Formats: sequence, structure tokens, C-alpha cells
Amino acid sequence: MSKFKKKDDGGTPAISTASLPDIVFMLLFFFMVVTVMRDTSLKVQNILPFADQVEKLDKKNLIMYIYAGKPSPRYQETFGTEARIQLNDKYASVNDVQQFIKEERLSKREELQDKLTTALKVDKETNMGLVSDIKQELRKAEALKINYTTKEGAAELNLE
Amino acid sequence: MAKRSAPEVNAGSMADIAFLLLIFFLVTTTIETDSGITRKLPPIDDSEEEPPILKERNIFIVLVNSSGDLFVEDEKMEFRDLRQAAIDFLDNGGGTGDEACDYCQGAKDPKSSDNPVKAVISLQNDRKTQYGRYIAVQNELVAAYNELRDREANRLYNMDFTEMEATFNDPEFLGDKDKLKERISVIKEMYPQKLSEAEPKK
Repeated sequence: MSKFKKKDDGGTPAISTASLPDIVFMLLFFFMVVTVMRDTSLKVQNILPFADQVEKLDKKNLIMYIYAGKPSPRYQETFGTEARIQLNDKYASVNDVQQFIKEERLSKREELQDKLTTALKVDKETNMGLVSDIKQELRKAEALKINYTTKEGAAELNLE
Repeated sequence: MAKRSAPEVNAGSMADIAFLLLIFFLVTTTIETDSGITRKLPPIDDSEEEPPILKERNIFIVLVNSSGDLFVEDEKMEFRDLRQAAIDFLDNGGGTGDEACDYCQGAKDPKSSDNPVKAVISLQNDRKTQYGRYIAVQNELVAAYNELRDREANRLYNMDFTEMEATFNDPEFLGDKDKLKERISVIKEMYPQKLSEAEPKK
């Protein structure tokens, strides 16, 4: 009997998977952090009209959103049913649009400031008077590139 | 008392749990892109200069009134006829001499537009017009322009104009961008989108 027993070298040792959860969690956290949830909560009814001659709006950081429509049901008691403008998270009046555009411009890098597009997300039941007022304010603020955001579908669907 | 060591928790299934979460987030994350009709507003003109006077026959007036009815050149029109009416107007090519249009296929009616380059569509609305209807009409007018541009692009370059624009905007497109840009601008010059959105009447 030898004192030093030879270890039996049967097969390769199993690879430790103990660090695998760490790696996966890292991936998970990465995706959780990078995923941007909708940053504005809508306070207005926002059923977009349909159109089929549309262009895609890429480059999300170059878009300013202006919402308009009737206040959502839970705000109707305090704000009535008259269509309103929503900028960021607050109701706003037409006069605030210019200031909003200025602030949005300043928050972007200088070389991108004249490439901004304004996306008008307007409920299809809104009167054109309000939309025209917004358009007029945008002209005054020299934000001339606009996009009427729509859902994709035949235009006839709007007539019902 | 005998000292008992705590049994080790098996962490082998932890990876599975984490993967499950990861896949859940990957699947539910939708990067939605908005799409819509892109337009350019006219800058505010402060100058006292009189705008150039357009000939009556070169203006195509489309009016959507407060109850949503559509009037084209003061006559009531059904919505589904609008696109063809706009195409007929733009593609008329009734001009002679300098104003002749050699690629138009329209009726050459002397009462309608001289040349697509001169033709202006004026879209008017009432303050009470519904936005949905306005967009529907706007969509049809853009469709009329796109249809004509597609036709010319197919004739000259065997490609749809809308497809050309889409390829041009595609960052992964590796072909000849300058050539494509030139072609796009040629088509745009043939049928410039002169769509004026007048301020609404009270």
C-alpha cells in the first residue's frame, strides 16, 4: 500500500457555471436600462387619423412631440371637453408652443438644432382651428418641418 | 451538539431564470417608429412685396368645409374622386411655347393648368373642419403627386419614386447615393409638390 494514493483522472472536470447567472443578469440589466419607456403620459384622447402616403420618422431624438385632443375621461371633470394642447406632461395653451420649441431646441446639440421635426399627434376629432393655431405658432418659432403623425391605413377610414 | 453545516443552495437554475427574464424583456420591448405625412410650413413673410399673381387656371382650390364636405373649384365632389381630379389637374399640360410640358399625359385642356411646375393646389379649410377629414384630403393630394412621380420615375429609371426615396433614406444602402439623389431631384422638379395650406377662414 503506497502512502500517496494516485488520484483517479477520470474524464475532464465539469466547467463551473456559477458565473453564468452573473453574465445573464448583466445582459438583463443592460436591456432594462437601455429600454426607454414612453416618457410622456397622455392626458388627452389621442386617436390618430389614418393615411397611407406616409414617411417613417426615424431619429427619435430629433423629434418634438405636440399632442392635442380632448382631455381624457378622467380629466374631463376639471378641464371640460374642449380640445387642448399637451406639451410634455402638462396641458398648455397655444401661447406656450413657441417657448416649448425654444426649450426643446436648446436641449439639443447645436449642429442638430435646425434638423428638428415637429410631430403633431392630433386626435382625429379635433377641430382644424386649433391645429391651424399650432401651425401658426410653429411658423412664428421657425419650426417649419412638421409631420402629421398618422396610423397606417386607407384614408377612407377617416370619413366614418 | 453536532455542528451542522448549512447545505449549499444549488444555483444551477439561476441562469435559466435570468434567461427567462431576459427573453421576456427582449420580446416585449418594441421600438415603435411613428410615421406620418411630412410637410413643410411656409415661413412667415414680413415683406411688403406683392406675391406673384398666379393665373386662375393654375390654381386648384380644394375646400373642406365645417361639415366635412369637399368642394373642388367651388363644386361639390365625392372624396373618392379627389385623387383622379388632382392628377388630371396636375398632369394637364395645357401650356404652349415656353410653358409646354412634354412629359404630361393629360387632356391638354386650355382651362386647366399649363404645366405641373406652375400648378398649385390650394387646400383650404374651415376652423370647424375635423382634423381626420383634413388629413384624409391631404393624404389624397399627396397620393396624387406620388402617383405622377412614380409614373415618371418608372418611365425614366424603371423604379418607383417612393421606392427611390426609401432606398435613399436607408442607412444600409451601399449603392450610388449621389446618382440616386440626382434622380430624385429630377423627378421632384418635374412634379414639384406645390401644396399650399391656407390659413382657415373664420
